[in-house]
Order: sequence, then C-alpha cells, then structure tokens
Amino acid sequence: MSPKHSNKSDVHPVIKLLYDKTFRSIMYQVLVFGGVFLLGWYLVSNTMANLERQNIATGFGFLEREAAFGISESLIHYTPESNYGRALLVGITNTLKVSATGVILATILGTFIGIMTVSKNWLLRFIGLGYIETFRNIPILLQLIFWYAVINRGLPGVRDALSPLPNVFLSNRGLYLPVMADHPAWSWVGIGFIVGIIGAFLLRKWSLKRLEATGQIFPHLSVGIAVIFAVPFLVWLLFGAPTAMNAPSLQGFNMRGGIRMTPEFTALLLGLTLYTTTYIAEVVRSGILSVSRGQTEAATSLGLRYSWVMRLIILPQALRVIIPPMTNQYLNLTKNSSLAVAIGYPDLVSISNTTMNQTGQAVEAVAIFMTVYLSISLSISYFMNWYNKRMALVER
Amino acid sequence: MLKKLTSTTAIAALSVTMLASGVQAGATFDAIKSQGYIQCGVNTSLPGFSAPIDGVWQGLDVDLCRGIAAAVFGDADAVRYTPLTAAQRFTALQSGEVDVLSRNTTWTLTRDTALGLNFAGVNYYDGQGFMVRADLGVNSATQLDGAAICVEPGTTTELNLADYFRAQGMSFEPVVIENTAEATAAFFSGRCDVYTTDMSGLASARNVDAENPADYLILPEVISKEPLGPAVRHGDDQWMDVVRWTLTAMIEAEEYGITSENVDEMRDTSTNPGIRRLLGVTPGMGEALGVSEDWAYNIIKQVGNYGESYQTNVTDLLGLDRGLNALWTEGGLMYAYPVR
Repeated sequence: MSPKHSNKSDVHPVIKLLYDKTFRSIMYQVLVFGGVFLLGWYLVSNTMANLERQNIATGFGFLEREAAFGISESLIHYTPESNYGRALLVGITNTLKVSATGVILATILGTFIGIMTVSKNWLLRFIGLGYIETFRNIPILLQLIFWYAVINRGLPGVRDALSPLPNVFLSNRGLYLPVMADHPAWSWVGIGFIVGIIGAFLLRKWSLKRLEATGQIFPHLSVGIAVIFAVPFLVWLLFGAPTAMNAPSLQGFNMRGGIRMTPEFTALLLGLTLYTTTYIAEVVRSGILSVSRGQTEAATSLGLRYSWVMRLIILPQALRVIIPPMTNQYLNLTKNSSLAVAIGYPDLVSISNTTMNQTGQAVEAVAIFMTVYLSISLSISYFMNWYNKRMALVER
Repeated sequence: MLKKLTSTTAIAALSVTMLASGVQAGATFDAIKSQGYIQCGVNTSLPGFSAPIDGVWQGLDVDLCRGIAAAVFGDADAVRYTPLTAAQRFTALQSGEVDVLSRNTTWTLTRDTALGLNFAGVNYYDGQGFMVRADLGVNSATQLDGAAICVEPGTTTELNLADYFRAQGMSFEPVVIENTAEATAAFFSGRCDVYTTDMSGLASARNVDAENPADYLILPEVISKEPLGPAVRHGDDQWMDVVRWTLTAMIEAEEYGITSENVDEMRDTSTNPGIRRLLGVTPGMGEALGVSEDWAYNIIKQVGNYGESYQTNVTDLLGLDRGLNALWTEGGLMYAYPVR
C-alpha cells in the first residue's frame, strides 16, 4: 500500500467525483445528449438564417396554393386547379398503391420460388436458384430502366396494339383491360364477397372447435374457399347475371374505356416485384430449412398427408423465422418505390420534386416526404411486429 | 439517366450546403476570382443552347458562360460546366453548386422572388409550342384533346401546358420525364403523341435528335412567352452586374458591328467614342464593373458578339432565324443598355 492510498482525504473532491462511477455515467449521457441537441439546433437555426439571407420563401403556406401542373395517374380526384397539398396526397396514394401491390405480388411469387429452391426436382431447383442469382445481383434502378425501355420500345404503338385476348390491348401506352359496365349488381357482389370471407372465417372457427371436441375432421379450407366464391356468384345470379362490358377501344389519340395499367406503373411494379421476390424467396427457403427434418419424418410416420405436414407442422414453425426478415423486405420495397422518379411514375418523390421546383421550397418539401416515408415504414414495422407476436410459438 | 437521381441527392445536399454557405455581399464574386474559373450550370443536352459536341460544350447559353469568363479572367475557357436537369437547376444555384445558371431558364416573378434568384437579362426570347408525328394528321394544337404529352417536370412548360388545356376545355395525359434526352426519346419511341417545350427546344429535338426531321411537325400555335436568361442567386449584386453587362456587351457589339474578326482593327482605329469606351480604349467601364478594362474586348475577341453566337449555334444548327431575337433596330427585341 502506498502512502497516497492510505490517506484518502488528500484527494481533491472534484477528482474524487470524476472517479465516481454513477456520476461519470450520468455526465457522459448529459454530454452526448447536449451535443446532439446543440448540433440539431445549429443546423436548424443556420438553415433558417441562410434561407432568410437569400430571401427564399419558407413555411408551409404553399400547400394551399394552386398546383397548376397535371398528374398522369391518380387514385383520388385531382386537376391542375387542385392545391399542392392535394398533389402531394396524390403522390402518397400512388406510392402506397405501387408498394401494396408490390408487397402482395412479391410475397406470393417469393413463396413459390422459395419452395422451388428446396424442391427435390433438379430442374425446379435450378430455375429457382438461377432466377434468384440473376435478379438479386442487378441494381434495382437498372432493372427499372430496363423494363421501362422494354415496354416503350419493345411494344407496338397504340394504333397497332397487340390484342392477345378479345378486348385486351397491349401497347407502349400500357395494358388495357375490359371491366364490367356499371350495374347496381356489382356493388352487391362486392358485399357478397366480403360476406363470403366472413362466412369462411366462421366456418373455420366452427370446424376447429368441432375438431377439438369430437376429433372429426371437416375440410374447412376447401369448403371455405368455395363459400367465398359461391356467395358473390349467387348474388350475381340473383341480379339477373348482367354481362355488359366496358371494353377499351381506340378513340382519338388513345384507348378509352376499360381499365388501364400505365407503362410507368407496370415497369415500376415489375421491377420492384421481381427484385424483392429474390430476397423473399431466400427468406422463405431459410425458414423452411430451419425446421429440422426430424419433424417432417415424425409427421409422415404418423400418417399425415404431405399438404398437412406443410400446413400444420412446417409452415407454422417456419413463419417464426420468416416474419422478421420479411418485414425488412417489405420496408425495402416501399422505400425502393421512390426510384419511380427515374421512369416518370408520379410517386411521392416525383411530385415533391416538381413541387419544390415550382415553389422553390426544397427544405419543406423534403421534410414532408421524409416524414411520410418514415410514417409508412413505421406503420409496416408496427403491423409486422404485431403479426410476429401473434404467430410466435405458444408453448403449452 | 443516373443524373436525374442526383436531383434528390442535390436537394438533400441543399439543406447541408445551406448551412455551409454563409452568403455575404460580394462573397460570390470574390470566391469566383480566387477559384480562378466560373462554375456554370447548363442544360444536360439541348443542341444549340448547351450540349457537348465532340467533347466540347457548345451553344448560345454556353457562349454566355464563356463571355463571363472572358470578362472576369480574360480567358473564355476558364469555365467548368455542371449539366443540370430542369428540376435540379434552382437548388444547384441556391446552394452555391454553380455560380451562374445559363440554362434556357424562363424569367418569372416567382423565380425572381420566392426562389431567391435574380435574372440578369434575356438572351433568348422564346415561346412554348407542340411537336407531333407528321403522320398523325394533326395540324393545330386545338386538335390535341386526349393526347399523351411528354413534358419535363419543374418547368414553366409544365404549368403552361396545364393552363392551355384547361383554357381550351381539353384533357391530356402528362408523361413527366426529368431528363431532356430521355423525354425526347420517350416521344420518338411513341410513348407520347406530343412533345412540348419551348420552340427552340422543339427545333433542337427535331433537327438534331430525330432520325428523320421530316417525320415530325411543329404546330403553329405558340402558347406562352418565355424570356430565357441567365440567373444568379440573391446576395451579390456586383456579380449580377458582371453577368448582366457581359450579355449587354455582346449585344452592344453587334449594334456597333464589332465582330471577333474586326475587333482588333476597331480597337486600334475607331474614333467612335462609344466603341472606344466599350473596348476599353477610353478607360473607366472595366473599373466600374470590377474587372479589367479590356473585358469587352476579350468577350468579343474570344466568344464573338451576340449575332455571331446566334448564327453559329442557333441558325446554322437549328435552322431558326432571328425572329424576336433580332436587334431592336431590325424589328426584334434585343436592345443593349448604354455602356457608359
């Protein structure tokens, strides 16, 4: 023992405080928080000062002003008379439209490809892996530009549109499909469809209850699907089975009537789906492989059918592994949709760019679209976390 | 193509550069003098105005950049070019990425005020028009109801288009593509029935980019006024003066009949006090502007007067005559302010 240590009262109280563990950890946190706060304050105040010095307009008042530019496709009513706020709303709905469609398609396609890659069939496995390796390793932006060029230059003009099926037209103006002409029956058919889904759910609940009680099996899946389609079909028959169609036809410069998928939307959807599918397929593959072979063997030896083994034994366990990385892929797809600006699809970023250019208020416009993307991403995360919790194994 | 994505990056960078660029009076001009070159924002590809031809940037807008460099440094080649899309251009200028924007930009009230810019003059009087395929059988813009129209975003063109169709009670489908070259390519591939931009831009697309110019028809309607000119950002009036008077000197030289060929002779022999003042034989103008006395001589010698620049870039390449851009003495709008 040195004499210094033996006499503690010699140490200065400030030094003593510095060596105190609790004090130090609090001090570090205060310093970090203060530093971050000061940096943020500096950034904001300096930006404001510079904007003011250059006489650049600030504030969100521009959202109320007339936008005066046209937008090619919109889910909500929009004309050039609408204001900038509404134009940005069109952008948000367009982003949601392409993201939601992309997520659904990529999940379905990804699951199939993922199952293909664990197949015992050599050809299926080869096709699946080949697809994944090709599309995963080409940057998404190049894929978007490629698909847009294929649609624009590879397909004929609107006057020489291809018609693979009657009343279906494919040209470099997009894909035109016929729809059912307006009839009161169709809204009732829609309601019938929802009723069918509810019916199928109730059926499933009832059949599971019966299974627990009596051990008797009821094929609730196939019967449920039949119910979902049968109810709207009956409603349709009840209304006298209307078949009038609203078919697209060439009038003036463009096709009119029917519904249409624009080349921009199609290229973006195709690019996003095919790219994200590769990742989802890998996620599904890893999920399936995470369930040990013994489980399959045990289930088979009990005499269960293969489809039951998949549905009741493997998938519930695989989903545990699949859901968290799947959330990432959904988020990636949504964020990648902002690349739409490259091919002229009027998504949020594209419309924000136009807005900031016409109003000169870049900081506000960027703040808006960053907030929107953050909100969308957080909502997806929240939903997927909730779903993950629901699907987690409940140990009994 | 990749360029257009950088617009988002550039805009994100705006907030960052906004903090860095402490703009002070006179700061831009001082910074330019110490960096030794002009950073000039130009169009990505608009033959006649600014386009790289054989690896060298050429055009009416490019000549203005070169003129400014000649005035400031006595060397027309002391310019670096930043190709910008319509959507990127103002952010690039506001954030200090470029010193001057010479990119067929329309002078409007909003841009002059809320965007924090100053326009230094007009170097091309233009108007918006429409181009269609000749075999479409259309000969007037009033027949365009329902057409798909290729247009660049963030332009006055985009707004005029919507205004015009609204006024005519017609509908249209805008196909909004950011890069000039991509927009014209989409039009040529048939994605759009119509391409709309300023008349000069249509002539450029038709005469230079189209495989066979005769396949395309520019409709007679001119639906807007588009005074195009160089812009600088707020905060340095002296720098704006240099840009304004460079353009003026080029027009003034044409009025006096001074060309790159005869400028030496004029300087040595002319007795016209106006010419002597312009060419710096009688000193004073350069000092007032903050540049050397032979500033205008250098512009004319190295770049040429406005008429020469117009002839090589616009008339010879695009086949457009002077029209509104003739001197005021010949029925046009080009009118130089007195250099005195």
